[in-house]
Amino acid sequence: MHADPKGVLTGVHFLDGDHACCEGTLAAGARFSAGYPITPSTEVVERFAARIPTVGGVFVQMEDELAASIAIQGAVWGGAKAFTVTSGPGFSLMMEHIGYAVMTETPCVFVNVQRGGPSTGLPTLPAQADMMQARWGSHGDYGIIALCPNSPQECFDLTITAFNLAEEFRVPVLMMLDECVGHMTEKVIIPEPGQIEITPRHLTQRPPEAFHVFEPGENLVPEMVQAGDGYRFHITGLTHDERGYPSMNVEVQDRLVRRLQDKLKPLANGRALCETEHLDDADVVVVSYGITSRVAQRALQLARQKGIRAGKFRIIQAWPFPEERIRELAGRVKAFVVPELNLGQMVHEVERAAAGQAKVIPVSHAGGGVHNPEAILKAIVEAAK
Amino acid sequence: MRPLTEIRIAGFGGQGVILAAAIVGKAAALFQGGYATMTQNFGPEARGGSCSAQVILSSEPILYPYVTQPDVLVVMSQEAYTRFTPELKHGGILILEQDLVRVDRFPDGARVFGVPATRLAEELGRKVVLNVVMVGFFGAVTKLLDAEALRRAVADSVPPALQKLNLEAFDQGYAYGAQAVGRLAEHGEVDSLDALEFL
Repeated sequence: MHADPKGVLTGVHFLDGDHACCEGTLAAGARFSAGYPITPSTEVVERFAARIPTVGGVFVQMEDELAASIAIQGAVWGGAKAFTVTSGPGFSLMMEHIGYAVMTETPCVFVNVQRGGPSTGLPTLPAQADMMQARWGSHGDYGIIALCPNSPQECFDLTITAFNLAEEFRVPVLMMLDECVGHMTEKVIIPEPGQIEITPRHLTQRPPEAFHVFEPGENLVPEMVQAGDGYRFHITGLTHDERGYPSMNVEVQDRLVRRLQDKLKPLANGRALCETEHLDDADVVVVSYGITSRVAQRALQLARQKGIRAGKFRIIQAWPFPEERIRELAGRVKAFVVPELNLGQMVHEVERAAAGQAKVIPVSHAGGGVHNPEAILKAIVEAAK
Repeated sequence: MRPLTEIRIAGFGGQGVILAAAIVGKAAALFQGGYATMTQNFGPEARGGSCSAQVILSSEPILYPYVTQPDVLVVMSQEAYTRFTPELKHGGILILEQDLVRVDRFPDGARVFGVPATRLAEELGRKVVLNVVMVGFFGAVTKLLDAEALRRAVADSVPPALQKLNLEAFDQGYAYGAQAVGRLAEHGEVDSLDALEFL
């Protein structure tokens, strides 16, 4: 299915990442957003609020992040595609309802424009220190999808991907921008609606009497319904059976929670979104994501000029982590260098996947700026020795 | 377009610093076939504080997004002048809002140009277009971008009702800059284009 032309601002623009992300939501078909705007994510919903009256849809400024993150889920069950936007402390407040979206398999998108933390931290400056929170921040066992754009163009493109993955896997998808990418302005090309692929909601074709709201298909994902179509359905954050009713049964819990994780397995393996370069002959592989991947690219150029066989592994989809790809590389390279704007988060995943087969060297940065490419280069040079 | 040019535009909030930088970036990226990345520095305050925007122009894709040592520095407040002039690249171009900035000491090796952008904007009837006057002046003295690309970027960045005014502002600034460069040539000094060659 192609994008609804009403939401697509076809043309060549000069936009920052936040604005491009907003255009991505509209192109993806989002017609509802609820938010409690916070720097540096405000521009996403500011633009949405300005654009949505002419596109046709709703923006609600809520009383807080808890309200925003649950209002979007009501909208989804009412038939809309919906998202919210936040940063820093707001992301912490949304954790409860990210878990609710996981448990109720509500397809929706959370945009987090990462700023320095902990707490209110650095409102106007970048960090990448919410990566583990994105994966583990809500309680209980679950899986999640998280994407990391590194340019305004990708803020547009990957937001559409985020909505599509949300529909395919019925899971909340996290867009993990950082302040630098969110506030950086570059050329953004928005294609014709006919060139934008949209995954429609997979609504059941079964008659109401034969339909169970949480009965999974072969892909482990249940079909969806929406309010007002004549189906009676019950949605709860409690452990529930295939009919959606609460259950205290150990086997029901086991079946449900395992399925919530297992349905995402295709993404951890063959379908992991990433961007690679010079891996064939690489001794050292730099693993990076978001804005850091651009700084790392500069370091890689400098390393290659020095004759070091350095390769690039850019993580686009941080969760599920592309562990098979890293494990395969670990068997044939000397070392991984992992720069990130935190004191060590995704580097632990690289270590886990490498399982001792290759050295893993973190290049940490507490946030508030980006790495100096020289710092990454130094680590590459050390790693190649 | 040169392989890499770093530009910083700085002043105080409300002067249109960010829009000026956006126009320059847009001219390069949308109307002259190059690459441009704009970033901005601002604190938690809403307006009135210091404000600076950075644009990198390049014939190649831009990786590192921040300006480290500007080739061109445009300052529209005394605070911006004091803060950012030391980081100007040797041989770079310094552009001043001459009524708002008093120069204590000219930086070594820099080429300095002044323009009364606010006054020129007031003569056009609207002080707010001082940033676009500045963009015009910038275009004329740096010659980094085609005047037509900048003009299109101006027209593309303002509401239709204000297009005429802004294009007039651009033309005023450009003409003032062309005169400044012309005077330099009369005095037998190299003009800005040559100056940039040794950056």
